[in-house]
Amino acid sequence: MDGKTKRVLTGTHFMLGNYAVVEGAIAAGCDFFAGYPITPANEISERMSERLPEVGGKFLQGEDELCSIYSVTGASLAGAKAMTATASAGYNYMQEGIEYAVAAEVPCVIVDVQRCRGENFATQADVMQVRWGAAGDHEMIVLAPASVQELFDHTVWAFNLAERYRTPVIVLSETTIALMREKLVIPQPEEIEIINRKRPEQPPGEFIPFDGGQEGVPPLPKFGEGYRILHSINPHDPWGGIQWDPDVFEKLYDRILGKIAQHRDDIVQTEGFFLDDAKVVLIAYGSESRPALGAVKEARANGIKAGLLKLVTVWPLPDKEIRAVAEKAEVVLAVEMNVGRYAYEIERLCCGASRVARVTKNRGLVHTTKEVYQAMEEVLG
Amino acid sequence: MKANPLQKYLRKGTLPHFYCAGCGAGQVLHFFVQAAHELNLDFDKLVGIGGVGCTARIPVFMDVEALHGIHGRTLPWATGIKLHNPELKVVIFAGDGDAASIGGNHLIHACRRNLDVTMIVVNNLTFGMTGGQVSPTTPRAMVTTTTPYGNKEQPFDLCKLAIAAGATFVSRWNTARGIQATRAIKKALQHRGFSLVEIVCQCPTQFGRSALGTGDPIKLLDWIEECSITMEEASKLPEQEASKKFVLGNFVDKKEPVFEGSSVCQGREDD
Repeated sequence: MDGKTKRVLTGTHFMLGNYAVVEGAIAAGCDFFAGYPITPANEISERMSERLPEVGGKFLQGEDELCSIYSVTGASLAGAKAMTATASAGYNYMQEGIEYAVAAEVPCVIVDVQRCRGENFATQADVMQVRWGAAGDHEMIVLAPASVQELFDHTVWAFNLAERYRTPVIVLSETTIALMREKLVIPQPEEIEIINRKRPEQPPGEFIPFDGGQEGVPPLPKFGEGYRILHSINPHDPWGGIQWDPDVFEKLYDRILGKIAQHRDDIVQTEGFFLDDAKVVLIAYGSESRPALGAVKEARANGIKAGLLKLVTVWPLPDKEIRAVAEKAEVVLAVEMNVGRYAYEIERLCCGASRVARVTKNRGLVHTTKEVYQAMEEVLG
Repeated sequence: MKANPLQKYLRKGTLPHFYCAGCGAGQVLHFFVQAAHELNLDFDKLVGIGGVGCTARIPVFMDVEALHGIHGRTLPWATGIKLHNPELKVVIFAGDGDAASIGGNHLIHACRRNLDVTMIVVNNLTFGMTGGQVSPTTPRAMVTTTTPYGNKEQPFDLCKLAIAAGATFVSRWNTARGIQATRAIKKALQHRGFSLVEIVCQCPTQFGRSALGTGDPIKLLDWIEECSITMEEASKLPEQEASKKFVLGNFVDKKEPVFEGSSVCQGREDD
């Protein structure tokens, strides 16, 4: 087998979700992975330890999550496309390194396989942790796959977003899909869009390392190319010099937050099902979009005008898309596998446009279609 | 005016440095660039890493690729960089807080793996930047801003720790012995594997005033020298007595395989 064939396992597979993440990453060009053992993310590390050496990449089992996230940022600045994977409790530790990746603008991908506190049961309780977990002001890109196929597709997409915007990107996985085997179709390599970070056009000495230009995203050279850049978390001017100056601080974060906000329409994705004439709209993300879609189809079969807005990106917030369905619907149902976290955002966005009800479940199990359908019936009276 | 021959290794616009008068961190910067100059190191291939604190600022002044500003995570950064590009020379500047306190776990694992980097620990026996709190290397009974009744904890001997954990080059000197410290840094930079050079260093502003009742850097250097003995001298003393001193010398210099990743499969690509 040549290297290219090994990198992309083109074909139809019946694959574990955690393995699909690995194949998505390697197809996207990932050549560095570091992780610390934690259930239910272990299969990602295990497969990476076998696959990465095959394609010329490096695998590290860190002594802890901090080692994992910081070696990922170090490798990325050295020129790697780097990823780590963990589960909720491990993500806590990684918040520290994610803050650095935000401030120093280090492209990297973090997979969080959400699990219940102290147990490996299913949950979506990290939906706010992944948005707000790192210290300091930041925007965050968080993708919420709902199937094994999406775990592959979204991991590729996560690398592309990370490289394009020089920012950490989170793949918000769940126990449900991570440990599920499903059909996965891996396309031909040439059918997979790959975005790589911009490299400087100017030679060292003429290049201004933190000048974001129109896009707000500065090009990033590899270590060893002679650019000699200071990558500090401290407030830095466009040349990378540490400056204790309120103007420098404000401008820096206007750009770092602005580069995501400015490209919001390029990043945010939602998927609509039966929304055209829907009077009752379910809003769900991740694996909860599956029973939600099942309930919508059942409702339609019974003459209820139901629809589903599936949030493919949970962050940046799909505010326009949520507001748009609220304007047309009579009732919006926020479907979630936790005590109701994202529901606050949905309530805020729908306020004054439509009634909102919560359909939550916080017992380590994904909703069944029947449960969502019954909740819908109750709300509709 | 004749320029200092070492000035070319410093990042433009970073001088004057921000260290207190009499601080030893500037001396260590000098030792390093002197060593790098004598070895004719390629600064394009050099990565300088600092965490947080006074020592962590040393690479900020150097004209190299540099990472800075995260407390204790210098070695994880270095691990990622070295695994991805083994051609790069990676040098870490860590204070006793970065190396022995918050980053202690990373230190023992980098030693164990024999990661091919050089770590220069500037041990000023205190948390200087934050106001002179006790550190894991503060000697017993010393008064600091968080040990007003004297330090009750046993300090780390970082060199012994590194040796026990598997480091393949380990050395300790102090800022009063610049020539020896510079030579040790040169040896460390030429060493393949994990090299640690600890430099016991004066902090007049914090440690000096709290622990020794003086902010005079000369008096501090004198005190460090009084507390220092060479490893040859130490070998003639009972261990208990020697352990109260800063034992100076090049303790370990050996060859072991260096870390190339947790999973390495040679030859698989040609299968």
